[in-house]
Amino acid sequence: MKTKSLALLFILGLAILAGGLLLPQWMSYLFTIAMGKGLVVLGLVLLMRAGLVSFGQGLYYCVGAYVAGMLTQFAEVTDILLILLASISVSVVIAAIIGLLLCRYREIFFAMFSMAFSMILYGLLVRMQVLGSTDGFNVANPSLLGWAPGPEGASDLVLAVAVFLVVSLGILAWRYLNSLSGYAGEAVRENEIRLEYLGGSVFKVVYVKYIIAAALAAIGGTVTALVSGHVDPEMAYWTTSGEFVFIALMGGTAHVAAPIIAAVLFEALRTYAFAVAPYTWQMILGFALLAIILFMPSGLWSLVERFQNKKARKTT
Amino acid sequence: MKHSLLTAATVACAMTTGGLSLSAHAADDYKLGLVTFLSGAASGPFGIPAKNAADLVIEAINDGTLPAPIQGKGIDGRQITPVYVDEAGGATKQTSEFRNLVERDGVDAVVGYISSGDCLAIPAVAEELKKLTVLFDCGTPRVFEEADYKYVFRTHSTASMDNIAAAHYVNDNVPELESVAGINQNYSWGHDSWRDFTETLKVLRDGDIEITTEQFPKLFAGQYGAEISALQVNSADVIHTSFWGGDTDAFVLQAAARGLLADNQVIFTAGETALNSLGEHLPDGAIIGARGPFGPFAPDSELNTWFQTEFTERFGTPPTFPAYHMAHALIGLKLAQDKAGVGASTEEVITAFEGLEFEGPGGKVEMSRGKGHQAATEMVYGRLERVDGEITFTDIVRYPADCVNPPEGTETVEWIQAGMPGAECN
Repeated sequence: MKTKSLALLFILGLAILAGGLLLPQWMSYLFTIAMGKGLVVLGLVLLMRAGLVSFGQGLYYCVGAYVAGMLTQFAEVTDILLILLASISVSVVIAAIIGLLLCRYREIFFAMFSMAFSMILYGLLVRMQVLGSTDGFNVANPSLLGWAPGPEGASDLVLAVAVFLVVSLGILAWRYLNSLSGYAGEAVRENEIRLEYLGGSVFKVVYVKYIIAAALAAIGGTVTALVSGHVDPEMAYWTTSGEFVFIALMGGTAHVAAPIIAAVLFEALRTYAFAVAPYTWQMILGFALLAIILFMPSGLWSLVERFQNKKARKTT
Repeated sequence: MKHSLLTAATVACAMTTGGLSLSAHAADDYKLGLVTFLSGAASGPFGIPAKNAADLVIEAINDGTLPAPIQGKGIDGRQITPVYVDEAGGATKQTSEFRNLVERDGVDAVVGYISSGDCLAIPAVAEELKKLTVLFDCGTPRVFEEADYKYVFRTHSTASMDNIAAAHYVNDNVPELESVAGINQNYSWGHDSWRDFTETLKVLRDGDIEITTEQFPKLFAGQYGAEISALQVNSADVIHTSFWGGDTDAFVLQAAARGLLADNQVIFTAGETALNSLGEHLPDGAIIGARGPFGPFAPDSELNTWFQTEFTERFGTPPTFPAYHMAHALIGLKLAQDKAGVGASTEEVITAFEGLEFEGPGGKVEMSRGKGHQAATEMVYGRLERVDGEITFTDIVRYPADCVNPPEGTETVEWIQAGMPGAECN
């Protein structure tokens, strides 16, 4: 990556951060939630590049959130870096084990199996009265390297961390997608046998992608838990995973920025649907998805691509 | 990447302009955020009756037509403008909607929340934003047991009260009680209800009670064939259920068809909302609770007569307990605001609200728990009996607030297991 575009991205990150901090609080809150969800969807998009749709990202989203909740509430660890480290480690260990089984399946079987695992976690959490069963429990305010900003500053701290994570992980994901093993994902989707003949390991490609997606989902869950201050098993329920798939379809899989933008749009769309039509907001979301599928089958990012193609045609 | 910046900027602009247009409102109104289930499974039995009650009571408060002793037009003279929000979508979604209400719509107070998960998540945000919030229907005792809140109030008792009273009732009114069985939904409400009921029963009978089976079917399962078989095989003197909504309907219809209700005593701790839809299928002798002195158990008063007649006339069905809960929350909020006086700060309203005692359509409410932020009321159970096809109740027992609510500063489960010290049941 050129230093010029890196610098550009850095400025972009700062601009988003400044914008986020200047927005009224309800908006910056929504924005932080969207960043959290965007990270989960980014992981999902990595899998979708390899032709795999996971209906179980809620599993890692929930694990990340619960690790954050349990550390702040029961172990009194509030440092956001430690929490992130812990939730990434826990989710990677779980993904490494489940992935051994899951990565041998494709298509609907992969989708159903991933969903089954997240529903197992949901079932376990519902049974656990110590963790508040379906009511969940509250998450204490985070701190950073000994600096505790208290309830008023906590959401700004999480916002800053979330923007930093989105920009840095976005760059990493972009570089990954443009690397050999990133392209191998598309090879898996197009023709697995050919990839094996070329000397690549299909299992390894899918396995690595699955673990990366799990870590991203856990980070997203941690961000959401820290900013909303509450976790409950609903985060592992299949409708939550379905929402991630919805956002992924909205954005498209063409670029790493697509899921992040789609997540922001989704949150904005939903909150206005809530305000405008308290009885029928689901219908607005439904029509939006329908319109996107009908008119932009490869997601919102296809708008950007269309624009770029036009420009390319003009210059030649 | 440049384009994503452009898109992000467009989104931000769109959100800001939208936000500005939504927050314009007249200054002398009392803007009230109202959050109940307007969609989903909890909207039919809870959300919509509560919303109807809110419409009715807000209109009456604005017109000043509520019967004595409640006086005055509006809240401290200001007309209430409600802003409705659907409670669907889970706790994360609701915390963001709460912020929207407070910061975007600029409400003066928020009344809402049926789901216990939401009631646990919202208070922390209410404290952060310093906004007066009245929880109106959720049951979990954890809200004021796990933390102290300044800006949050709850004007009805916890679900523990229902089940402690249920244990008292079956212990006193079911002859030769030896065994109980339970069928409750597999989520917090079901588990907590069953735990409070059985723990209280163990204390009341010194452990002399047999639990034949405990069934926890999935929430909104709709099919209870296997559970009904289990209940029939492991027959018990009393079957306890905290089912609500469509699950109650499905369970009663299926259990009645298989004779379970004819052979067994069943206690429905939250059965009152099903009376209107299910009345003809419930057998005589079924024990029904209304989560407080509500509906058929509401005490005689001018306020209650007004509430019952107006509600029935306007919406076609008599008010059920969620409607009473909503009425109590609104009346409590109005009285606290009026007591604090015109132009009072939020802090002054909070001081007025703390420890407030008032009469609602469902009798007396004492804000006597949770440092004056949590209400305690009496609890009533009765047996259903048909007289000429009309549903009436016999063996009605009223348990005073101090009998079935844990005293100030105690944790419910610990209090029950310690033998309920300090309970005054006479």
